[in-house]
Amino acid sequence: MEKILSLIEKQPMLTPAQIAAMLDISEQEVAETIERCKKEGIIKGYRTLIDWDKVSSNHVKALIELRVTPKKGRGFEEIAQVIADMEEVEAVTLISGGYDLLVEIKAKTFQEIAMLVAKRLSPLDDVYGTKTNFVLRPYKVSGVPFVEEDKDERGLFL
Amino acid sequence: MNYDKLLNPVIVAEKPSGIRRFFDMASTMEDCIVLGVGEPDFKTPWSIREAGITSLEKGRTFYTSNSGLIPLRKEICSYLSRRFDLDYTTDEVMVTVGGSEGIDACMRAVLAAGDEVIVPYPSYVSYGPMARLAGATVVPVNTKAENSFRLTAEELKAAITPKTKLLVLPYPSNPTGAVMRREHLEEIAQVLRGTDIFVMSDEIYAELTYGDEKHVSIASIDGMKERTILINGFSKAHAMTGWRLGYACAPKPVLAQMLKIHQFAIMSAPTTSQYAAIVALSQCDEAVEEMRSQYNLRRKLLTSELKRIGMPCYDAEGTFYVFADIRGSGLSSEEFCERLMFEKRVVVVPGTAFGDAGEGFVRISYSYSIDHIQQALRRMEEFMNGLKK
Repeated sequence: MEKILSLIEKQPMLTPAQIAAMLDISEQEVAETIERCKKEGIIKGYRTLIDWDKVSSNHVKALIELRVTPKKGRGFEEIAQVIADMEEVEAVTLISGGYDLLVEIKAKTFQEIAMLVAKRLSPLDDVYGTKTNFVLRPYKVSGVPFVEEDKDERGLFL
Repeated sequence: MNYDKLLNPVIVAEKPSGIRRFFDMASTMEDCIVLGVGEPDFKTPWSIREAGITSLEKGRTFYTSNSGLIPLRKEICSYLSRRFDLDYTTDEVMVTVGGSEGIDACMRAVLAAGDEVIVPYPSYVSYGPMARLAGATVVPVNTKAENSFRLTAEELKAAITPKTKLLVLPYPSNPTGAVMRREHLEEIAQVLRGTDIFVMSDEIYAELTYGDEKHVSIASIDGMKERTILINGFSKAHAMTGWRLGYACAPKPVLAQMLKIHQFAIMSAPTTSQYAAIVALSQCDEAVEEMRSQYNLRRKLLTSELKRIGMPCYDAEGTFYVFADIRGSGLSSEEFCERLMFEKRVVVVPGTAFGDAGEGFVRISYSYSIDHIQQALRRMEEFMNGLKK
């Protein structure tokens, strides 16, 4: 299973037949494993990586660090869920270090993000500190370079 | 001046490599997907690069001894013993400028005017020209697809004459990916025992064989070491092509002559590369294994997809090339490659660039990412479908 997963993690376009050939297993086994992984929530979904900066300037991202008071018995779960339910929120992660939650927000303008932090995140009862980091330029996202890749300099065919 | 009349007729008569012509054409075209190169896509593992940098920081910028740094030659001996059960001592090893220099030095040390050299084809482009420059005559043996492009004992026997001085044994094979397993080498050894024929075994792709059995060197077969000049290097397995470093191992009397040629022509192999190579052999077995497993995934992907789209290749067990059979297309190798390049912008190399025996085949390199290979496969499939109409 792990071999299949690490192949499709980077190359989601591989067909079950191709994966089967690469790993010396049957096509059916590949298809069944992938299906099972989807059912069990191991495979969470397929997304397309887009460099929106190349499309228009109406895309802003921010990484917001939140300090929150964990609830007795439920820890960070409740507040994390509340934040995750917000439509603008792309990712919520519990982190170690000076802050507790890292929230990734996508919006059209810096203003929108500022308002979201001021009006919706900060006022939450358990939140007692925020730090907003605007994303200026991504260089690599999910393992994919977002800057000009090295050209293939290899020139000899021998 | 009429240069063609004045210059050495042996080299003037050599045709430039057919591969070059394809690359020149491809490089003028936009949006080409190339599956042509003959070197790894991986960068040299970092620890090796770091060792090179450290040697420069320490100011190790002088010639080394002619035959190479002793610590490196020790590592080479220990590596050959560990990986291929070969028993060489440091005074049977010479560090060269790539495997290529070893080939040249071997040919010039062994061959004299009138000698014959047996070369199996299709094979790497430099054996013939180097042998002819050394004054010898090349006796080609065209290996066959039905034998998985291995040299057979019968083919070898038929090519031997009283003038035969050297057999070139280029396995694992560029361009066919063919591998000689122990049982195949035993048959060759059987023919050679009791003769005075030398073997130049070019094992530059030794680490890149797939399947359960690892590469076997003919030098490890009974009675063969005394006649074998082993060529190997760092370019392929350690992804170090640009460092230009290889080595040759041979019985002392042979190596003594090769060393003179090396001394006159080269002095010593690049010092920075030699320091880096010590780390390559002492610390990088895992990195080599990881690269091999990546190549293997791509090999299996390519082999199964090419079969599906009508360009079958027998199960190539070594290197990072497959030799795809395009006889079903009704086109010659060159026509096939030209049309594929002009119509679908995919560049592969005609089998005939490696000798006439390559007619009907194309060499496809898989030293490219899986994404890259998949894109090329989609275009090749369109091309093959177009031919059927």
